[in-house]
Amino acid sequence: MARAHSPRRMLITTIAAWGVALLIFFPVLWMILTSFKTEASAVASPPQLFTADWTTENYAEVWARSDYPRFFWNSVVISVGSTLLGLALAIPAAWSMAFVPGRRTKDLLMWMLSTKMMPAVAVMVPLYLVFQKTGLFDTRIGLVLALMLMNLPIIVWMLYTYFKEIPGEILEAARMDGASLWNEIVHVLTPMAVPGIASTLLLNVILAWNEAFWTITLTTVRAAPLSAFIASFSAPQGLFYAKLSAASAMAIAPILILGWFSQKQLVRGLTFGAVK
Amino acid sequence: MTLTLRALLGGSVALALAGAALAETTITVATVNNGDMIRMQGLMDDFYAKNPDIKVEWVTLEENVLRQNVTTDIATGGGQYDVMTIGTYEVPIWGKQNWLVSLNDLPADYDVDDLLPAIRGGLTVDGNLFAAPFYGESSMVMYRKDLMDAAGLTMPDAPTWADIEKAAAAMTDKAKEQYGICLRGKAGWGENMAFLTAMSNSFGARWFDEAWVPQFDQPEWKATLDTYLHLMNEYGPPGASNNGFNENLTLFQQGHCGMWIDATVAASFVTGKDSTVADHVAFALAPDNGLGKRGNWLWAWSLAIPASSQKQEAAKTFIDWATDKDYLALVASREGWANVPPGTRTSLYENPEYQKVPFAKMTLDSINSADPNAPTVKPVPYVGVQFVAIPEFQGLGTTVGEIFSAALAGQKSADDALAEAQSIVTDEMTAAGYIQ
Amino acid sequence: MATQSSRLAARLMVAPSVFVLFVWMAVPLAMTLYYSFRLYRLLSPDRSGWVGFTNYLWFFRSPDFWQAIANTLALVGGVLALTIVFGILIALLIDQPVKGQGVLRILVIAPFFVMPPVAASIWENLFMHPQNGLFAALARGLGAEPILFLESYPMMSVIGIVAWEWLPFATLILLTALQSLSPEQLEAAEMDGAGAFGRFRYIILPHLTRAITVVILIQTIFLLGIFGEIFTTTQGGPGSASTTLPYMIFKQAIVAKDIGRAAAGGIIAVILANIIAYFLMRGIGRHLDS
Repeated sequence: MARAHSPRRMLITTIAAWGVALLIFFPVLWMILTSFKTEASAVASPPQLFTADWTTENYAEVWARSDYPRFFWNSVVISVGSTLLGLALAIPAAWSMAFVPGRRTKDLLMWMLSTKMMPAVAVMVPLYLVFQKTGLFDTRIGLVLALMLMNLPIIVWMLYTYFKEIPGEILEAARMDGASLWNEIVHVLTPMAVPGIASTLLLNVILAWNEAFWTITLTTVRAAPLSAFIASFSAPQGLFYAKLSAASAMAIAPILILGWFSQKQLVRGLTFGAVK
Repeated sequence: MTLTLRALLGGSVALALAGAALAETTITVATVNNGDMIRMQGLMDDFYAKNPDIKVEWVTLEENVLRQNVTTDIATGGGQYDVMTIGTYEVPIWGKQNWLVSLNDLPADYDVDDLLPAIRGGLTVDGNLFAAPFYGESSMVMYRKDLMDAAGLTMPDAPTWADIEKAAAAMTDKAKEQYGICLRGKAGWGENMAFLTAMSNSFGARWFDEAWVPQFDQPEWKATLDTYLHLMNEYGPPGASNNGFNENLTLFQQGHCGMWIDATVAASFVTGKDSTVADHVAFALAPDNGLGKRGNWLWAWSLAIPASSQKQEAAKTFIDWATDKDYLALVASREGWANVPPGTRTSLYENPEYQKVPFAKMTLDSINSADPNAPTVKPVPYVGVQFVAIPEFQGLGTTVGEIFSAALAGQKSADDALAEAQSIVTDEMTAAGYIQ
Repeated sequence: MATQSSRLAARLMVAPSVFVLFVWMAVPLAMTLYYSFRLYRLLSPDRSGWVGFTNYLWFFRSPDFWQAIANTLALVGGVLALTIVFGILIALLIDQPVKGQGVLRILVIAPFFVMPPVAASIWENLFMHPQNGLFAALARGLGAEPILFLESYPMMSVIGIVAWEWLPFATLILLTALQSLSPEQLEAAEMDGAGAFGRFRYIILPHLTRAITVVILIQTIFLLGIFGEIFTTTQGGPGSASTTLPYMIFKQAIVAKDIGRAAAGGIIAVILANIIAYFLMRGIGRHLDS
């Protein structure tokens, strides 16, 4: 980042960037604001940005109505577990595809992605039956496996792309120095690939966190994560936007905070990526 | 392994009931997230005090998701749930498949004869009560008395469709975003088709004749759809093809609707704290056309035990607690009579305390005027007021609902919509073997 | 380049992923294929049997089918175009040194944190609603009639909502790629007299091709399966104006409980996805190597 920037230009880009970011963020902000309104003022017409009757009663009610910590913990276990397991399988696979490509590597990559082509609803009953028969139904390990397999192609793809950015010569050099395959991956490749791995990790945790079809279909009580928690608040009776907003805010808060704290890590990771 | 464990647990319940207190039984109860069900979860201390050996795990889900999960479970014999909350549509179909446990042997103090006859009739198959009603509802007209007064009109207690049109015309003032009538337009067998099917009964229309031939090509359906489209196009809110129960509730609470014909449970919402028009709402029976049937429906969210449950005795104990008279008294003592789950028991409506609730009488009259076994003027081969209790109906109702919703959005004419509905339903009923 | 043994090692390292994915794909696919030739309705278990291609024919004969295919392609194409164009612009913008860069990036990726059903519900009720929505209030403030988004422009509204959900994904991948671009290269170009557009066209864009390719491929796969947002907002309507192939399957599986038809629809969707993937790989696949 050696390029010089005039303060004027910095000011303009800052304003522009913040304007765009706030525009994109606005619906989320609106949802958070709504979660502090009463149900009546949440649907007031014309909509009010700020109301006089701020309340935290929606949060209190949502908290009282369901076992949030259990849903929360299930979400953590399922999303982090499936992502880590996916990374463990995908890092070696992506390494070998990026640095020792065969003639069919591209086909293999494409085939992996094609395992995601079946629409979820079409295999609902078949997978439901498989989970029932194998005893994986309503277990966290079952969901970890399902979401890992669902996201594995994405993890492999993203890692493959990032690994491809790393010049093969560096690995060659390490190999010349007599590094073992293991050392090559752990000590040479992984540090250089941290930004890629970090953003893959983050994206897949989010994808798993947000998955709202299988996590509801394949659970009842014990393994149900926050998606099921949300599904109990979009009520068919009575006003519910403020409560739904509060429940949604509670569902995204952990991951938003995670993003916030990992931001430094992530940005450093991202800027590390200036591989030469 | 799991099976033997479950059998052991099941056995232990039997023993526990026989007098020997043994291990705790955990039952899983699947329920919709309606207010009355949520309230029950807050009253569980009473149940645990009476049944220390039973523990209840809740699965609370939004209606569509709940229906999807419990249907998959019961149809594949999953056995994940011990008590399911299901509606009057499911009970006759599942009962016939022997998927549900008969509740005829509930204890005598349950007083099954106290259940409202219309509701009980809808939950009984071949003499077996397959589900215990938790609350029942019909539909009725909710209207703005202040707007009617301003227009110099009075709503009869039992209006005709002509009265409704006159009132809608008088109360509409589009410049003030005030619309004479709000009705469901969102496509779905439980959304616009629940309303339109119930409405069609009052026009003498029916889904099928005695030989299961669809009747959308008959003048009664044409009259139904024409009236509906006319009312909505002239006096309804914009974008109505996307309005379901909730959207209309919001509009009514904000004062955008002069009238709204929908579920009786809405009465407590439009007169409740979130409503800006709470003091001006009055009620009337759903409209008729002088043919002897009114355009109101009948629905009961009910508790049932799947045959695949391994803990049927504990499940029965729970259902008995949740739907008997003592439960109504319990809710009344803790939360007031207005919050008691309505529409299930005669004794509730005979209670002088409950009669003070403003919408109590109208709810009872509406429920009593619906007959799931003879829903419309002409004879029909099916059970159900605002639905047809056959497995194919969810698909058919939704498809026809989409066609009518498109007509409401102005994408096709009423005649085209009816012709299309007739042709699709005929194809499906032929494919399903009803039409030979 | 690589030795015999490292080739073997490489194959062994791919093997676990390939094996688990193969099982994960083959078992449901085989079951779906089986059910697609069967009469299997969840609520009528007593009627069942082989029905040949009846379930497939139902789709081809359905008046909604071709519209659904067109809508599916419109959804994929529309969302891809929006997310890539805006993704590049936003990535370029927030790659600049600006004040509060960390917070800024979190704000930009925040939409991705919202569960899709919730996102759809927020857009439907708090923004696009003809009475209570923010857009309607804006329109009235400007003295115009509120737009009936979900009734008059259902497909465009769905595309807009989905594009908002996926914009952070595209932005994040493109941003990561952008940061591996060496500043020296840009400086050299600047010294050679290349303008801002020239630098973008000849240096930045070529550098981003692989990232764009990946965004296209991954998003296409996800977008081909979308039904939740449609169910929440338009129910595929009015009529079938916003019905896509996955939504048709959703209706058969979840509403009509016709597992046989849903399975046939699934197989059709897989074939459609393969056709699209084939053309995508022919069109942009070469950007993956190099």
